[in-house]
Amino acid sequence: MQETQLKPGNGKKAPQVQVSLVHKSFGNQAVLKGINLEVARGETLSVLGRSGTGKSVLLKLIIGLHKPDSGSICVEDKEITKLPPKALNEVRKKIGFLFQQGALYDSLTVEENVAFPLQRHSSMSGEGRKERVRQLLAQVGMEGDAHKMPGEISGGMQKRAGLARALALEPDILLFDEPTSGLDPITAKEICELILRLQKERRITSIVVTHDMDGARAVSDRLALMKDGQVLIQGTFDDLRKSQDPFVNQFLSGSEE
Amino acid sequence: MAHMTTGSGLLLFQNLHVRKILRGFVSFFEWFGDLGVFFGRLVWATITPPYEVKEFLHQFDELGAKSLPLAALAGAATGVVITLSTRDSLVRFGAKSFLPAVAIFSLIKESGPVITGLVVSGRAAAGIGAELGAMKVTEQIDAMEASAVNTYKYLAATRVLACVLMLPLLTLVTDFCGVLTGWLTHTLMDGISLRLFLQHGFKGMTFKDFLPPTFKTMVFGVIIGVVACFQGMRTSGGTEGVERAATSSVVLASLLIILADVLLVRLILTFCS
Repeated sequence: MQETQLKPGNGKKAPQVQVSLVHKSFGNQAVLKGINLEVARGETLSVLGRSGTGKSVLLKLIIGLHKPDSGSICVEDKEITKLPPKALNEVRKKIGFLFQQGALYDSLTVEENVAFPLQRHSSMSGEGRKERVRQLLAQVGMEGDAHKMPGEISGGMQKRAGLARALALEPDILLFDEPTSGLDPITAKEICELILRLQKERRITSIVVTHDMDGARAVSDRLALMKDGQVLIQGTFDDLRKSQDPFVNQFLSGSEE
Repeated sequence: MAHMTTGSGLLLFQNLHVRKILRGFVSFFEWFGDLGVFFGRLVWATITPPYEVKEFLHQFDELGAKSLPLAALAGAATGVVITLSTRDSLVRFGAKSFLPAVAIFSLIKESGPVITGLVVSGRAAAGIGAELGAMKVTEQIDAMEASAVNTYKYLAATRVLACVLMLPLLTLVTDFCGVLTGWLTHTLMDGISLRLFLQHGFKGMTFKDFLPPTFKTMVFGVIIGVVACFQGMRTSGGTEGVERAATSSVVLASLLIILADVLLVRLILTFCS
């Protein structure tokens, strides 16, 4: 498949995340077939595509949860596929990951979930940590739910709490895996607004994996559309709209194949 | 023609059968290979700092609190059963006076440790397998790794260590309850005092009879912890996968405990008697 790259990165800035010719298979199933992506510092890239095209796998490769079969992944100029566990963990501390279902630790309260990365990796005192957790929960509108268990809150709240946890260590890069899937339109909009606010306030580099075209359009500087384990096209929303590729048009218009 | 069709059908069936058996063999060895790699990483995570003391204490407390009533109950029941069945045999041979010694030796040297291992295996292996399995399928383990936490250290090493250190303590509880109910059973039938029962029971018993069987349960702890963590952390396939992880943890841990006991009894008899 020939990839159409309309505007790689921002052209001028050095990429903070660079994925080059990455292949990944699970058993006999090839999920990623030589994928290339670049995300510049402060940029938000949305990765779109049909279910099962390897979008979530791509995020897990970027944070080192999976190892690629071949190819290279650089995060802040560090080739993470070759890093030893300790060095990889240092890179991970700079990355926040919002999982599809929030992935809150279900034996801990919301407050303890958000405090977990701080307890592990910051030298904050007990009081300082409590204050930071309170701020993070306020940022995602969950001050009143600090003592609830993950099972007692809705899916949207779990995602918001997951986002607060992802922000705990003040990451430079945020990875969002389907941040709005399974949410009602109002909550989905709230999550998108939250992502936009973070971009404005902190200029965090973000990669958003999503099916939600409207959400992706709202939060992204660029979009990349995946098909059959490769990036079919990447560029701004207008660039994608101008494409003559029938799959791109079909995806943008949301029509059935 | 019909004969040929039957012949080729049989050949196909045999081929499929052979392939199935071969695949079974391969996955059996794969499982052991993966378990070996897991065990190696686990040992490394356990011995290298930083140590997860707080989480270890939490797991130790959790395991002890949840397994203690079961170990006590199992010990009590075993004490009654051993006393009743042994008494029946000894009465036939006119050796009833040996009942306290036979019951206590049998309980402390073999029944107590094995019963404790199997009871904790049922309770803890299922719990650990299901808990870690659920964490795996809901991406909580991935989230932990993404937060730069060594899950081998935080989740597995703490649980395995808790099992290893808790098993001998629970064995003492099982032994204690077994001896107590053994005496109760004996006294209800023959009216023997506790003092006399213990005097006769522990006569001739040395630390060599008591310590090796009690501490062999640490090996059972390793089996329970390692198998349950391994099965839990490699879970896939949603709730069905969690159920599989829990069940296989109990079955494999129990089976391996019984097999390990064969070896340990032989070793103890060779080196400690």
